[in-house]
Parts: sequence; C-alpha cells; structure tokens
Amino acid sequence: MSQRKLFAHELEARLDDLLLLSLRQRSAKAPAAQLEALPRELQERVLHWAAVAAQTSDDLGWLIASLAAAQAADLGDEFDDWVRAGLDAYDRSGLAATRKALNDYAEACRSRAKHSAHGIAFAAIEGRLSHFLHALDGRPLKLATGPQAWTDSETLWLPERLDAMPDAAGNRGLYKAMAALLWAQTRFGSFNVDPEPELDLWPDREAALRWFAVFEAMRLEARLAAELPGLARDIADLRGPWPAALAADAAKLARPGATAADSLAALAGLREVGAGETPVFPHVGAIDPVAARRVRAARIVRDMAVLRRALNVMAATASKAGAADNPDHPPLAAEGGMQVPDPQADLLALPPAAREAAKSLMQDFGEIPPEALHAAGPGAWQPVDGADEPVTAGVTTQPDAFYDEWDYRRGSWRHGWCHLYEMEGPAGDREWVDEVRTRHAHLIRSIRRRFEALRGEDKPQKRQFDGEEIDLDAQVEARADRKSGGEPSPRLFVHRRRVERSLAVMFMVDMSGSTKGWVNDAERESLVLLCEAIEALGDRYAIYGFSGWTRTHCDIYRIKRFDDRYDAETRRRIAGIEARDYTRMGVAVRHLAGLLMRQNTRHKLLVTLSDGRPDDYGDEYRGRYGIEDTRRALLEAREKGIRSYCVTIDRHGADYLPQLYGPAHYSVIDDAKKLPRKIAEIYRKLTA
Amino acid sequence: MNLSRTPGPPDARADVSGFATPLVRHATEPYYHAIGDETGVFAAAAQSGLPVMLKGPTGCGKTRFVQHMAWRLQRPLVTVACHDDLTTADLVGRYLIIGDETVWMDGPLTAAVRAGAICYLDEIVEARKDTTVVIHPLTDARRALPVEKRGEYLEAPPDFMLVISYNPGYQSVLKEMKPSTRQRFVALDFDYPEATVEANIVAHEGGVDAATAQQLVKLGGLTRKLKGAGLDEGAGTRLLVHAAQLIAKGMAPAVACTAAIARPLADEPDTRDALDDLIRAVF
Ligand SMILES: Nc1ncnc2c1ncn2[C@@H]1O[C@H](COP(=O)(O)OP(=O)(O)O)[C@@H](O)[C@H]1O
Ligand SMILES: [Mg+2]
Repeated sequence: MSQRKLFAHELEARLDDLLLLSLRQRSAKAPAAQLEALPRELQERVLHWAAVAAQTSDDLGWLIASLAAAQAADLGDEFDDWVRAGLDAYDRSGLAATRKALNDYAEACRSRAKHSAHGIAFAAIEGRLSHFLHALDGRPLKLATGPQAWTDSETLWLPERLDAMPDAAGNRGLYKAMAALLWAQTRFGSFNVDPEPELDLWPDREAALRWFAVFEAMRLEARLAAELPGLARDIADLRGPWPAALAADAAKLARPGATAADSLAALAGLREVGAGETPVFPHVGAIDPVAARRVRAARIVRDMAVLRRALNVMAATASKAGAADNPDHPPLAAEGGMQVPDPQADLLALPPAAREAAKSLMQDFGEIPPEALHAAGPGAWQPVDGADEPVTAGVTTQPDAFYDEWDYRRGSWRHGWCHLYEMEGPAGDREWVDEVRTRHAHLIRSIRRRFEALRGEDKPQKRQFDGEEIDLDAQVEARADRKSGGEPSPRLFVHRRRVERSLAVMFMVDMSGSTKGWVNDAERESLVLLCEAIEALGDRYAIYGFSGWTRTHCDIYRIKRFDDRYDAETRRRIAGIEARDYTRMGVAVRHLAGLLMRQNTRHKLLVTLSDGRPDDYGDEYRGRYGIEDTRRALLEAREKGIRSYCVTIDRHGADYLPQLYGPAHYSVIDDAKKLPRKIAEIYRKLTA
Repeated sequence: MNLSRTPGPPDARADVSGFATPLVRHATEPYYHAIGDETGVFAAAAQSGLPVMLKGPTGCGKTRFVQHMAWRLQRPLVTVACHDDLTTADLVGRYLIIGDETVWMDGPLTAAVRAGAICYLDEIVEARKDTTVVIHPLTDARRALPVEKRGEYLEAPPDFMLVISYNPGYQSVLKEMKPSTRQRFVALDFDYPEATVEANIVAHEGGVDAATAQQLVKLGGLTRKLKGAGLDEGAGTRLLVHAAQLIAKGMAPAVACTAAIARPLADEPDTRDALDDLIRAVF
C-alpha cells in the first residue's frame, strides 16, 4: 500500500477533523506543515495516535499531534513507544508531565542515534593508523585489538570500537591519540627503567600503574610536542588541561631530558603525600611493564646477537685489505683504517639488518650498550645434515632437479642442496572460479576495459607532421585550401603507433601453511582476476605454486604453464591451490626463473605472491639464512635480465622486506582482502 | 631566472619559427646546492665529451642541476621531456610542407648538436625504445648524429653534451633501461638531500622561514618512509618547494601541504588519510 504522502492542507483538514480544533479556535497549520515532510506511513501513524490520545483528552491529542510533528522524524522506529510513554505519563501525572516525558524521551533517542552513528570501529581506521605509525620513527609496530589500549613494545592494542567522543572525527582523533601515546612509550623509553621497586611500595599496584601511565603521558606528550607539535596540540585539546594539582609534575616531566625514571620519581613523591583518586584521561591507556619488559629482554638478546655477528663479519672483512666490496651494502666506513666502525657514531656503515638491530638497541637503552660492541665468537654454524630430516611418505621418485643454495655465513654455495620436484597442481572445485567471476563481475569488467586500453593496438594517428602514410583527407583539404588562397595545414601524414608488448610473466604463488585461510583465498581470487585481465592484454603468462618441507622436498606445482590456456582445467587448478607446508623461497625463484628464461620475449617478469618471510622446517632457513638466499636468487634472476616484483601480504610492519627484496621492487598489502582489487592495478603499473 | 633564446637553424626559408627548438641560455646562475662531487664529475665529463646519466627519484634536483651546469659551462641548454609518443623525428627533425614548399625543421637533438649545446633528455625511459637508439652514435667515440632523411652525418662539436635522466624507482618492466644503453653513460646518483641541506633549499626556493622549511622537510621524511607501504615514492624536494610556495602566498601550512604534497602523492583512501594525519602532526 504505497501511497503518495499527504500535503499540508490535507493534513490540516484531517487534524482539524479528529481534534475538533475549529471549535477550540486552534489552527493545525503549523503541525500540518511539519508533518508534510514525513513519509505517508509515518503521517498515518501520527494521525492514528493523535486520534487515540484525543479519546482521552482533546488537549492530550493536540499535544501528541504537535510534538509528533516536530519529533517523529527523529524517533523512527521508536515513535509508537514514545507515544505510549506519553500516554502513560498523562495517566500518572497530567499534561505538564506528559510534555516533559515526551521531550526527554525524544532527546534520549536523538543522542543515542548520534552516538552509534559517530562511533568508530578499529577496522575502519586500522589502515590509516598503520600507515601513520609506519611513517613515524622507530621500530615497526603491529596493530591489534584488545579490551584496553596498551603496548608490549612491539604490538599496540587498541579497543575494538571507540564511542567516547560526540562525533566521528573526535573518535578518530581519540584512536590516533591513543596510538601515538603508545608509540611514544616504545619510542621514548617507557620500559627502559624497572618500576618494580617503586611499585612494591604501593598497597594498590593497579592504582600505582594508573598513576605511572598518567605521569608517562605528561612526559611523552612533551616529547611529542617537540617532534610533532600538531599531534601534541590535538592530544592536548582532546584531554583538556592537566589537573591543577599535578601542574608541577607536568612541568617537571615536560623538561627535554626527562626519562621514565623521572615519572617513577613523581610516583614516589605522590606516594609520600598520599595519592587520591587517579584522574581519568580518555587517551591514556594501560601500562604493563612486566609484559613489556619481558618482550624487551627477548628483543635485546636478538638484537645483540645480530649486531655482534655483523661486527664480527665486518672486522674480518676489514682486515682482508682490498676485499671486493659488496655493492648492495654500504661501504665500510673504516675501509682504509681497517678498524671496525663505531655503530654509535656511524650506523650507516652497518649492513641493513644490523643497522635495524642497532637502532632498536638504541631505542631500548638510549644508546648502544658497550657489551653489544664486542664481536661474537667465531661463526656458530654447525652442519645439521641428517639430524632432523623428516620422513615424508610417498616421495620415492628421483627429484626433477637439484639446485644450489646460498649460505651467507660461509659466503659460498651449498651445491645441489635443494631437491626439487615439479608436479601438476591438483584440481579443485569446478564451480569455484565461476563463483569468483560472478562475484567480481563488475570489477573484472572494469579491469578488462582498462587493460584493453593498455594494449593500444596499432592506432593510426591522423594529421601528423610526418608518418608512414599520407593522410588523404588532410591532403585533399590542403590542396583545397591552397587553391582558395588559404594557408594549408602542414599536418598531412598518418603515423602508425606500434605497441609491442614482448613480455612473459611468471606468477609464483606461496602455498605455504601460513597462507591458510584468508591469504590463500585472496591469492586464488587474485589469480582469477589477473587471468581475466591478462587475457585481455594478450601477454604470455604462467602460474606456479611453491611449498615444501626441508631442502629435500621442495615442491613446485604447475597451475598454468606458458602454453596452457586459461581454460576449465587451469581454472580448476587455480581453485585447487591450497595452503601446504613451508616457504623455501630461493629454490622456487631459481627454478621458475629458469622456466621464464626459456621464453622468447624481450621482457621477463617474475611476480611473487607471498605472505611473508621465507621459512622452512627444522633448519636454518627460517632466519637470516633464508632471507639472504632468497635475495641472492632474486639477484641472479636480475642478472639474467628478469625483473622481479614481490607482493607481500602482511598486515604488520614488514621490516625485513627491503633486505629480502633488495634487488626487486615490492609492495606490501596490509590486508589480504584488498589483494584481489590491488593486484590488477599493480600488474598494470608494472607493465604500462 | 633570466632566459634568452637564440633562433633555430639557418635554413628555414618559410616561417617555421613556431617549431624551432628553444636554446636556453641562463643569464643568471640557477640556484643549485651541491650535495657531493656531482659538479666536478659533470664538468670533467663535459670536458672529456662523455655523456652523463642522472639517476634518482623525481623532484630531487636533477633538472635544476643540469640548468646550473649549463650556466657554469656557458653552454646553451636544450631540454626534451620524453614521453611514450616521442618519435625519432621528434628528436632529429622532419620535413614540413609549408605552402608548396617542403621545409626541413631540425628537432631538438639536431639543434643541440649544431649549436654545441647540452641536450637534456628528461625521463628517457618514457620514450619509445626505437626512439632511444638514435642517441647511440652520439654516446660513443663517434659522437655523431646521422640525419637520415637529409642524408646528413653531423659530427658533434666538442661543446655538445648529452645528458639523460632516469628514475630507477619506476616499476614498469617495459621501462627498464637496457644495459647496452646504460653502459654508455657516466652516471651520477641523486637522492633527497640531507635534512638541513634540504631545509635550506626549501627555504630558498619556497620563500619561507627556516622553521617552516624544517617542518616541511620533516614531513617529507615521514612520507618517504611510506615508500612501498602505500606510496610508490615519497615526496620529493619539488613537492616540498611547492608547499612552501603556497605557504609563502599566505596559505595555512596544513592546507598547502594537503594540496601540494598529500593529494599529488596518493589516491588510496587509507594512505590519503594517513598523509593528512602526518600533516596535522607536523604543524
Ligand atoms: N640540490 C638542489 N639545489 C637547489 N634546488 C633543488 C635541489 N634539489 C631540489 N631542488 C628544488 O627542487 C625542485 C625540483 O627539482 P628538479 O630539478 O625539477 O627535480 P628532478 O629533475 O630531479 O625531478 C627544483 O625546482 C628546486 O626548487
Ligand atoms: Mg625533472
């Protein structure tokens, strides 16, 4: 029963009728004008309830009608309850109370609506925050949600949703303020002192920690003000002034040299005079020094080991005069002088991983601790052959190939180290690809359109100054112009623009266990979109998956060879891509680069899709070794003329990527769900 | 900057001056703040007749450097912004039909060779592959330019110098420069200058005070950390100078930075928002 809404004059007549207004010399003109804006259904409900109320009292009917005209739009679904609340109030306390009850109800309703509309979910701001934090100095931080805001010095936890501020911008600002303050805790050393002795003196540890967090906020906001004044100003606006009773502390903690120890001193002072209720500030999160210091301690051990090993290598290299320098690492600062550079003074002299470690130590101590500067003992590398080899069932055949692997500690190859098996990818669900294509039909259409434009074809361009052919139209015109004494145009040729895309692309897809779930789905969906796009473009392309289980079982799955068509079989193999074992990347790069080299195209491109760092079971591939080997493999590919591009799905600061992908370009996608939309764009840019 | 133009080659009988290549002579010194030994290397290459390749991200002073060096060496400068429709004829020259006559018109490269100028091919990788081969004979011992359509073989005078620029950050495989081309050049690496130097440049070029320049450079540094994580490239010095110029005209710093830095860098909403946050944070 969809009817047109009633116009003001009709509403006026109906109200007049049912409230008998003309008898009382009231006019329904004003409420009728307001009601006109409402949908018919709501208009009818207002008229209905006004009539009901009028049965009790004409005045009540009039009150309901006139208030409803003003407020019905805000009340929405709650309109009926609102009227009932009014009728109820009338029964109990008369007309004046009814007016108040109705107004209060509507007000509460409005503020509820406003709040839920203005709350901000973490998910809605995560990308923005993580980019923001990424740009700031210091160690990379992960973002996660938790019941309260706090950090263990490597991950920032923030609430799932913020609703404390009256509008959306305010809630976004609150998220930013919380995150910035937690970042500042890790950046400016909140966990570099041991608070336990002081905390032990407090009867209520929780209260002490709350105060500590407040004092730290005072100190850290001052540090922020020096580096990022705009941010500090936003935070100050958000929290208002510090309580007058704490002004002296705030001033002391704002001094440039203040450290977390000064916050502890303030805490001690407070304990002596007796602490009152902790003031609450919306942006100040919780502080958990025990958890944070545990994480910090583990990190220090790690960073020290990395730094000392690097110093070791540098000492050794520096003593070998004239050793070929590695072009990928900055030159040693001490090349002539043959001494190990002082990382305190010259971070740039360190290789990237050690540089990160040194910076991290500076963050944790305020300087690099002297004990980190002693080189570690001789390289700790021990062969582990046979020690931990898993027994995999089913593989009895000879490997298809053996590949060398780079051992950065030895600075040499391990020959024939990796056993590679190449096999056909298993077929997956027949319907899956069709389902993806339907779901993304719109996206696919727009990608194809854009890619077709990229193909360019042989576009004849008319009216050129010069070209392969004569532009007849232009010639005729010019002749005519000349005959008639006009000035003929000199643009008389057709120029054919030849666009040759002599390009072969290899997609190397991570099928390691860590991709299980979202990442795997995203990889598969992305491949579907890519295939659709590249088919429109006509480039040669192949898709291979890789996974494995130690160096003796490196598996490569054929999904689409260069000569395979994008047909039903291929689609099923794409659907069949699944999360398997580990990520031994170097050997996969070498094998697939070899296949790519057989392509007779001018340009060759290797695109890797993975979810993070190389890793393998039980052996040393997990850490630096795998990173160095992969990097080496990419470098070899590059030397053969293959360009690599690495797409990494990693929502958390991927600090090792520059090191890993040294010779290749890469991009990081912080959310697997974004991959399918982005991948085509990446490909387009790569090959434009 | 004071510029004067000298007309193109002598053999244009009909009026084709509209098509003539501008030979730019800088009358006053183009401001350039040297970062390392690039001026020395460039001058030595110029004396030895070697071509030079400037590598580096966009907006870090390559073009300005060439202008400065042209002024120092007292040679005219011809600049060609390369693009993917640039043909050999666009560089070398072509016949135009003017009225009933055919008139030869030198392209910028030919004009530069004749005049003993510095020819700067900006963003060379943007040009079509078949176009870039014409520079080969100019980049080796021959130092010559065959003008096939005219049957002419132009030997370059000693003052002619070829300079190309190239941004290794480019992501397209199709735009990689071939080793056979790269290896013909003396290469100079350009990068964003160190913070205090960059602040001086921004203050000088943008007409803002030192404090504002430092804030802009701080912001630039933050955006550069987003390379590979939301941005293809961070803000170059050029963008910082643009923001400074808007500020010098009286715009609020945040508004100026949004317009001159954030918007040109990013379309993606998360990245845009994060850039806005960074701008707010710095000012
Ligand atoms: N070293 C420098 N000295 C002077 N100005 C510089 C320098 N580096 C950058 N600039 C400024 O940055 C702007 C952009 O530089 P430009 O030479 O056009 O960059 P590129 O050619 O590398 O893309 C210049 O107009 C100038 O204002
Ligand atoms: Mg330029």
